[in-house]
Amino acid sequence: MGKTIAEKILSEKSGKDVYAGDIVVAHVDRIGLQDGTAPLTIRQIEKIGVEKLDGAKKTFFFIDHSSPSPRRELSNDHNLIRSFAKKSGAFLSDVGNGNFHQIMAERFAKPGDLIIGADSHTCTAGAFGAFATGMGSTDVAVGIILGKNWFRVPETFKIEVTGETPSGVYSKDIMLEIMRVVRADGATYRALEFTGETISAMTMEERLTLCNMAIETGAKTGICPSDNKTREYLKEMGRESDFREIKPDEDAEYEKEFNIDVSDLPPLVAKPHSVDNVVSVEEVEGTDVNQVYIGTCTNGRISDIEVAVKILKGRKVDEETRLIVTPASKRVYLEALRRGFLEIIMEAGGIVNPPGCGPCVGIHQGVLGDGEVCISTQNRNFRGRMGNPESEIYLASPATCAASAIEGKITDPRRYL
Amino acid sequence: MKVIRGRVWKFGDNIDTDLIAPGKYLGLPYEKLLEHILEPANPEFPSKVKEGDIIIAGKNFGCGSSREQAPRGLKDLGVGAIVAESFARIFFRNCIGIGLPAVTCSGVAGNFQDGDEAELDLRTGILKNLTTGKSFQTSKLPDMMLEILETGGILEMLKKGTF
Repeated sequence: MGKTIAEKILSEKSGKDVYAGDIVVAHVDRIGLQDGTAPLTIRQIEKIGVEKLDGAKKTFFFIDHSSPSPRRELSNDHNLIRSFAKKSGAFLSDVGNGNFHQIMAERFAKPGDLIIGADSHTCTAGAFGAFATGMGSTDVAVGIILGKNWFRVPETFKIEVTGETPSGVYSKDIMLEIMRVVRADGATYRALEFTGETISAMTMEERLTLCNMAIETGAKTGICPSDNKTREYLKEMGRESDFREIKPDEDAEYEKEFNIDVSDLPPLVAKPHSVDNVVSVEEVEGTDVNQVYIGTCTNGRISDIEVAVKILKGRKVDEETRLIVTPASKRVYLEALRRGFLEIIMEAGGIVNPPGCGPCVGIHQGVLGDGEVCISTQNRNFRGRMGNPESEIYLASPATCAASAIEGKITDPRRYL
Repeated sequence: MKVIRGRVWKFGDNIDTDLIAPGKYLGLPYEKLLEHILEPANPEFPSKVKEGDIIIAGKNFGCGSSREQAPRGLKDLGVGAIVAESFARIFFRNCIGIGLPAVTCSGVAGNFQDGDEAELDLRTGILKNLTTGKSFQTSKLPDMMLEILETGGILEMLKKGTF
């Protein structure tokens, strides 16, 4: 019987021939944590007092959620992470290096990997043809101690995307369309396999946006088969030898198949307070916004900033609107700097944050006021996500966000292209 | 496995982890976070919930972030079990991992009111609404998960060398 990508990777890592529904113990290749979840993991490991950590050498700590720290309690948590990483021999990405999922993409994730992370957006690395999934702090502690954990092999939904992407429409819009169709709990416990001509034509950065939001459908992971685009990206990152071809068997069994034709897709927006509350930008055009946020593990990459900058160049952000941009990593920040993007953002009236998660998590760098409205490139618009339950968040592509910043209200980006 | 009995705290669909453990309190001392667990969804919850109380909820309970503070906060405030139409995956896995019973039950949301008394027998999966006298069959957890719950969580199993 043929296998999906999820079944192939979990078979390889468990050393057994497994299919959807089986529960397996499998060796993991990468374990990631961030400063919001790592302290609890470390305290759990210290509480049970194990000395030998079989997974330490494949563990990666990222200080990105509160970075640099806005409060003493968080500063102390950061120090706990630093000392544990040093003691255990785990990798540490400190303040200024950027967010977990972007650095995982640039430096570590590779096709065929089994990756777990104490962060729900760990699934981003699925863009490489990896099985990458989020867990809680205690489950990740088990991974660090044993170098393995238990997994239920998920059923897979095949998401076939076809058609040429129209101008002004990006992978974020395509993922919002998938959200609209699959819904916020439509793929709970499933793996999503993204396939079709539109996916093949996408760059790795675009695929990372897609896989990043797989969790928003409830999925365990979102996976793209690896191909020449994957190889080119790895080569650009100086690690072409990490390439491996990962694809499903032709006779793999899927629980459900979706066909998404993007030929006539307009730019989309998710309205508050749910990710699947998706409408075309035209339906909400003119909604006043107080803050615009471009960044995060969803859309903080160089191609995202480039799209925004093309719209912002020679224009000014609306006087009553704040534009905040957070490059996802130091690499992205430096490239944006070299290409003059940061200057264009600042000249337009925007603010550039240090690399990291920025205001997406509601801790710092742009917490919303009562009654305020933000349009953001992030992945979640839950009530209170940006630190204030009395505020509203709309989700959109970097182009829609940049156009909205100029007008101070939600704006169709196609008029600026 | 003991029978869980307590007051019902009723919630709707898509209760996400930002409602359960709001991000803005995450960096504070844990006791402070506990004062705000589920507060945006029901401001009375953190101060009035008691040992053994049962959360009854709609679809996709616990969606969103992987933050374990969400199920852990509920457990540490005394919540004895959560019964929902469905759970988000990471939240569900976290519940089992830390030893907080979580089971699904089709149609449960329509059969309980906030403030009802309920009783859940995990071994049989029978959920009773003691206020209305109705009984419901919840989904049965796989043996492996029941074993983790009975041991008190996955780390306890690991300590015992049974994982």
